[in-house]
This record gives sequence, C-alpha cells and structure tokens, in this order.
Amino acid sequence: MTGSPSPATTVASAAAPHSDAPPVRVRELTRRFGDFVAVDAVSFSVDRGEIFGFLGPNGAGKTTTIKMLTGLLSPSAGEGWVAGLDIRHERPAIRQRIGYMSQKFSLYPDLTVGENIELFAGLYGVAGDALDIRRAWILEMAELGDDVRRLTGALPLGFKQRLALGTAVIHEPPILFLDEPTSGVDPVARRRFWDLIDGFAAAGRTIFVSTHYMEEAEYCHRLALMNRGRLIALDTPRGLREAEGLRAAGTPGTHPSSGLPSLEDVFVALVQREGGARSG
Amino acid sequence: MSGPRSGSTVGRVRALVRKEMRQLFRDPKTKRIIFVSPIIQLLLFGYAVNTDVRQVPTQVVDHDRTAVSRSLVEAMTASDYFRVVGTSDDPGTIGEALDRGDAVVGLRIPPGFAADVAGGRTGRVQILVDGSNSNTATVAQGYAQRIVNRFAQRTAEDRRLLPTGGIELRARAWFNPSLESRVYNVPAVCGVIVLLMSLLLTAMGVVREREMGTLDQLLVSPLAPRELMLGKTLPVAAIALVQLGIVIAVALLWFGIPLRGSVLLLLAASALFILAGLSVGLLISTVSRTQQEAFLTMFLFILPAIILSGFLYPIETMPEIFQTLTLANPLRHYLEVVRGVFLKGAGSTDLLVQLGVLGSMAVGGLLTASWRFRRMLG
Repeated sequence: MTGSPSPATTVASAAAPHSDAPPVRVRELTRRFGDFVAVDAVSFSVDRGEIFGFLGPNGAGKTTTIKMLTGLLSPSAGEGWVAGLDIRHERPAIRQRIGYMSQKFSLYPDLTVGENIELFAGLYGVAGDALDIRRAWILEMAELGDDVRRLTGALPLGFKQRLALGTAVIHEPPILFLDEPTSGVDPVARRRFWDLIDGFAAAGRTIFVSTHYMEEAEYCHRLALMNRGRLIALDTPRGLREAEGLRAAGTPGTHPSSGLPSLEDVFVALVQREGGARSG
Repeated sequence: MSGPRSGSTVGRVRALVRKEMRQLFRDPKTKRIIFVSPIIQLLLFGYAVNTDVRQVPTQVVDHDRTAVSRSLVEAMTASDYFRVVGTSDDPGTIGEALDRGDAVVGLRIPPGFAADVAGGRTGRVQILVDGSNSNTATVAQGYAQRIVNRFAQRTAEDRRLLPTGGIELRARAWFNPSLESRVYNVPAVCGVIVLLMSLLLTAMGVVREREMGTLDQLLVSPLAPRELMLGKTLPVAAIALVQLGIVIAVALLWFGIPLRGSVLLLLAASALFILAGLSVGLLISTVSRTQQEAFLTMFLFILPAIILSGFLYPIETMPEIFQTLTLANPLRHYLEVVRGVFLKGAGSTDLLVQLGVLGSMAVGGLLTASWRFRRMLG
C-alpha cells in the first residue's frame, strides 16, 4: 500500500485507471418505485475536474439519481458508468473510487473524531503511514486541531460536516458525490465547505453535488436542473441565466430588465413552465 | 480487487468489529443491559419463578382441640409445605379465607377426631383447596393427602393397632432429587438470555444504522454485504458467549446447580444456537424500517419461542399441534441440550438429534438471512 502525500500523486491516482472515460456518464437512466417514476430517462455526462450541480425541488429525483450512481439503488432501466465502470455490474470496483457524503450527517456521534477516522480508514484499506498522513490532513482541513478524542456528536454542525467530508475522501477518490451536503449549516461554514470543494476540483477531482441553495448553485461549473424526475435544463450557471434572459426579452409583455435574471428566477420559471413541482 | 487502494476482507471486518465494540461499550446503558440484565434475570428465575409448592397458606379449623389434632397440624407445618395463617373453631372462616385469598388450603378437623383415632375407627379430616390455581391446588392436595396418611400410619403404629407393612409407594426423582424447580429453571435461563441478546443486538444494530443513515455510508464503501453481516454479528456472538459464561458461573456458584456434563459440549451447542438467533435477528432487520418495528417484530418471535420451548410450561402437556410446532423452535432444542448437559450429564451421543437440528437451523438461518440481506442492500 502506498501513501500519496503530495498533491501531484493525488492527481495522478485520481486520473487512473480509466482516465479517458468521463467520470460520470448516464444514458436514459430510469428508476421506478411501483408506478412512481422517480427518475425518468435522464442522460448526461460529467467531465473530470468539474463541479457538477444537481438542482431541483424536493422529490425531483436528485437523491435517487445519486443513489443509483453510488450503487445504493439499482436502476430500473437505462445505463450508467462511474469512473468508466458499469453501475449495475461493477459496483465493488466503483466503491473504491468514489466518496459519498449525504444530507444525513452520517458519522457515528457516539464515536470520537479519531475513531470515526479509523473506521473509514479501515473500510477503505488506508493504513500505516498513509493513515497518519490522511488523519493529519482531515484534522487540519476540518479545523479540529489535534484533539481526536472529542465525541463527534458534540461537535458543532459545521465541524461535523467538514469531518464527514474528510472521511468521505480518506481514500482520495477521484470522484465525489455530495447529496445536499450543507443543509442546516450557517452561511460562513457553508462558504468554507465550498472553498474545500473548489480545492478538490482544482486538484483534478470530479464533484457531483446536489443542492437546493441558489448561492451554492453559483459555485458549480455546470448545473443540471431536475423536476419531476426529468432533466429539464443543463448548462453553466451563466448559460442558464442568459437563455432565460433572452427568452424573457423575446416574450411580448415582459420588460427586458437591466441585467440577467437570477438563478432563482431561472429555476422558478423553468419549473413552472414544466407544470410545477411534484408535491410530496 | 483492482482498486487504486484496496484493503482486505479481514481489514474491513476488523474495522467494523472494532467500531461495534466501541459503540457497545461506550454507552453505560448498553453495558448494563449486557452484563447486569442476565444476572437480574437469573435471580428472577431462580427465586421469583418458583413452581415448587412450599409454605402454602393454610386456614385451620380445629373442632377437636386435642393433642392428636394439634400434632396433625404440626405434621402439616413441619413439612414446610404448609403454613398456618389462621386458626379458629368457626367453619365459616375457611370459606372466608379462601375467598379473600388469605389461604389456599383449608384444614378442618371435626370433633371426636382424636377419639376416633384412639378407638381404631377411621379419623376423618377435611381439606378444602382453592382450585383457581389448578397447579398449586393439585400439588397441595397431594402433599396434604400424603402427610395425613403418614400421620395416620404413625399413630396406628404407635398404638400398635395396625400391623405395619402393606403396600407403600416410595417414589424417588432422578437428576433432581429434591424436585426443585430452580434446578430445572436456572440452566434454561441461558437459552432465553442468549436468544434475547443475539436477537436484540443484531436487529437493533442494523436498523439503527439504517435510521441514522450510516448504513448508506457503509454500503458505498468497499464493505461487501457478507462483510457487513460478519462485522455486525461477530461482536454480538462474542457478547452472547460472555453472557452465557456469566449465567453459567452464577448458576454454579450462587445457586449451586450441578453441571454434570461437558462444558465444551454446552459451548458448541450454544455457538450453534447463537448463530440461529443471529440469523433471526438479521432477518428481522431486513423487514423492519424503524427500531420500534424491529422491537415489536422481535417480540412476535420471542414470546412464542419461549412459550413453545418447554422453558416454563412442559411440552408434554401441550395439545399435539403445539407439540409439533415446538420442533421448529431452536430454543426448545437448545433447552434440551442445556438441561441434559447440566442435570443429566448427557454426552454428545445422547444429544445428537438436538445438535443436528440446531446445526441445520444455524446454517439454514444464516443462508436465508444473507440472501435476504443482500436483496435488501441491492
């Protein structure tokens, strides 16, 4: 087992072994629960080093899509590849290459910071010197000092979330899935969190993140808008705003405003045009 | 595995086992449940659950008031089976005492009893028994009959009015000479505690993780379903064995229950039984979404399991259909092993059937559980 202390080796390991394949690609991906179609024939592709945002109202199918990509759910139809590996048949190989952090704060509150780190290190086979390096890195990144004996449940939410992010990437995965990672934290903590995400992307990692915070959406390189299980728009934040601005300008009876519409306006307009959000 | 940095099955299971142990021993409440509750249950079953009939409250109405009638009452109380709660010469007090529940047995000695005995005639005494608890009533009645008979015989011998001899039945119970229910019950507590714990800790352990969302976090890691199963159940099995050790130690040292058979055989059977219990716990965790659901489902299993095990109620007295049902109950077979090893010193050849059944239940249970488990996670 080799440790990867320097950023250079980190990027190298992030690229291997399917460096030519897009980190995430899905085609007509569908998931049904009985008669309910949670995800309806969604297709997209994510580039390496990209922060790919998944935006949509509750029940739009964001979490279901992420669960299919991380192997927690099987697709009902369609295809998907993560790190060039088939999400239906190559789950075990995918698991070592992805990190996952969900909206539910999913570290063990009754374990100490150090014990949580050790658990995930053990699960991902990070041991010896590599573990020491990664532990130090996580503690620094989460701004926890060197107090590994604190109970995780007693930490303020912002620290917990950064610790959860740290353990999610303890094995330095090239692809990171974040399902509404910052729900409930204050704007300052959220800002810090996103600085970390930016750093990961800059180091060549691919970030797949779902959110319903508009200011978070602005951090994303590209945004996929989901509503009622369907992908209704996919573009850069600026592209989405410009398209909506043009559309508004071309519509009789509306006054072209001085600037571009905000992402929130775009989002609301798109969802309403699609017949509103799904209730429940 | 071809991952960029992959660990081994052993490493992953070890990480999970260590985490489980830390969580189990961090919470003082859990620690108490694990180590104190077996002892409390043992004391309860050793002392409170006593199906022996002793010190039955008895209301005495003595119309005779002679030395002979008094010595009959003494013979009754000296046996330790009866305890006089009241003496009167009003026959109505027996009915009242029985109605109030102050007494379970009424003893009425009519006037002229001593004279009858002295004159070689049949002395008659009346015994009234509260039949609402049929078990106690039958046993108390039997005791009373024996004591009175023996008393009659002795007085006759004393006065040389009757030749001694005749037919007398002297029964002796093997394996539990004093027929104490404690000797029978205490070893059986092993089975109930081990079953309860292996079910509870397994089912709750998995369902709690699902409720908290940590299960997903484990499942996106390289941890395979069978590794998750192992990591979740190994600590429980270890704890169940430790509890078994505590229970056996208390049974031997405190209650003085004999352990006549092989400890190794007991441990082997216990291991199989624990595996069977674990797989039921895993199965429950696959059908329960919340901890409450798991808890209720567990009781749906454990109550019939205890009732149909012969733990408190003998299987032989059950209707035939229930007797057949008990064959599907792992606790029944395990209790036969436990009681056999403890009380009879039974060896593995005596218990071949039970061991075979427990073994196949363990294997079958684990296969079913892992199949259901994988389906739930897939």
